[in-house]
Amino acid sequence: MTTMDSIALSRQMLDGDKMIVNMGPSHPTTHGTLRIVLELEGETITKATPEMGYLHRGVEKLGESLSYQQFIPLTDRLNYCSAIMNNVGYATAVEKLLDIQIPKRAAQIRVLMSELSRVADHIVCVGVNAVDIGAFTAFLYLFKQRETAYDLFEMAAGQRLHTSFTRIGGLFRDIPEGFVPLCERFLVECAEAIDELERLLTKNPIWHDRTKGIGVISAEDAVNWGYTGPSLRAAGVPQDLRKAQPYLGYETYDFDIPVGTTGDVFDRYLVRVEEMRQSLRIIRQVLDRLEPGPVMVDDPKVALPPKEKVYTRMESLIHHFKLIMHGMEMPVGEVYSATEAANGELGFYIVSDGGKNPYRIRVRPPCLPIFSSFESQVKGGLIADAVAVLGAMNIIAGELDR
Amino acid sequence: MIIEHIDAQLPGTVTDRHAFRGDQTIVIAGEHLLAVVDLLHREGFQLLVDITAVDWPEREQRFDVVYHWLNLASQERLRVKVPVADGGSVPSLTGSFKTANWFEREVFDMFGIGFDGHPDLRRLLTWPDFPGHALRKDFPLDGGDVFCMEGCTAPYNNGERGGR
Repeated sequence: MTTMDSIALSRQMLDGDKMIVNMGPSHPTTHGTLRIVLELEGETITKATPEMGYLHRGVEKLGESLSYQQFIPLTDRLNYCSAIMNNVGYATAVEKLLDIQIPKRAAQIRVLMSELSRVADHIVCVGVNAVDIGAFTAFLYLFKQRETAYDLFEMAAGQRLHTSFTRIGGLFRDIPEGFVPLCERFLVECAEAIDELERLLTKNPIWHDRTKGIGVISAEDAVNWGYTGPSLRAAGVPQDLRKAQPYLGYETYDFDIPVGTTGDVFDRYLVRVEEMRQSLRIIRQVLDRLEPGPVMVDDPKVALPPKEKVYTRMESLIHHFKLIMHGMEMPVGEVYSATEAANGELGFYIVSDGGKNPYRIRVRPPCLPIFSSFESQVKGGLIADAVAVLGAMNIIAGELDR
Repeated sequence: MIIEHIDAQLPGTVTDRHAFRGDQTIVIAGEHLLAVVDLLHREGFQLLVDITAVDWPEREQRFDVVYHWLNLASQERLRVKVPVADGGSVPSLTGSFKTANWFEREVFDMFGIGFDGHPDLRRLLTWPDFPGHALRKDFPLDGGDVFCMEGCTAPYNNGERGGR
């Protein structure tokens, strides 16, 4: 390009009102690495081009060379705000392929931990969405509770974020002593914190101005875009896999599904807040009915035998060796199993050729279809609203890019 | 139930079917896809949950493009598989499902399967001149030398650069 050309070009750009702004890859409101190229006219967005893949680690490719048990730590790194729900979703899928039933106590603890992490995930989404818009206080009230939830994860799994709590056929271990009292305290304090959050935001006129009518989507469009989870329910579709296609005994728990009307950021906020309350209700019921019992299936072809038996009994030693060296005996076939994660339908599609490793493992991330509608949600709006919409979509880059 | 309906309305389209662990699967040819999808859409299968693919290198039609549908009213699920040869393509569903846009881009990126009629078929997760397609079975697990930019060929992809 000659100098004259470039001068002419910059003139042209100066003359027009158009301006191109990069939001991300490391922008405070993207919460992870993703980039949105915004074309602005003044403060109005005329075009938004999302660009992703910054956190692509090839989870699905890696899964093809790992055994079924070895894939569990990779599921932690999908939606890292609620790792246990990914563990549960994946283990459920493999158990469906194997056609085994996990013990009652294992299912109850899975429900308990899933709901705890749903609360933790919604706390991040709601709290951080408020911070992005400018309401810092709500975030601090809630993060104290999130800290307690993470303490509970640490007690149970030994890790705060990357829990790897499930195993195929049950759990890594039973919940320890001291877990239930702390959880009881959490139920009380978290409910208070949610009330405080609502007092801060729900009737706050500034919060209304920033969230009402932003990111409106009709129920029909939401379904067409492939929305699931709170975003779909905020648009008025009462679809929740815990009710619609119950797993882990969710049909025996008493809880309600909050539904919005307009699908805007405010409705998504309300749905998430109510879901937190419902999750606390479910946790309460789990604690009431928790009975002692095993947390792993009693099947030497699936579960590793206890260590003391491996050291003292020939048969257990052989089972241990077979499981570690050759893996589980898998049937040939394909399954798709979906669970209701914090963001929506988290699906695992597993194709097995009978080998030690999955032939193909596909993770259906809930936030990818939601994020694909980003441009249609923010086009014609103000740049400040893009931040609100992005926060309410709850995009988790680890899950988006896999 | 829906499979019988497809059979009655569009006889001969379903070339294979099986049910495993409660999952219904049908196999159809690419040229019938749009007709079947149209029927599914009218029958209430409004939520296109997922599009992905599976690579079977030893097969003549190397890939299966796999669609998952969910009927929100009856909570019925259906898996539709469309076999496609290497270098082949299937019709894009972006006309009736907006969510197909990015899912198809991802399948194109990871497997190199084309989608006819897609408005914006670019790579989604990897960058434009990424060599090869990562989820093909013959793509090396360590990724190969993907950062060689100019003047190098990718041996595992017949020397062809990425993009298209």
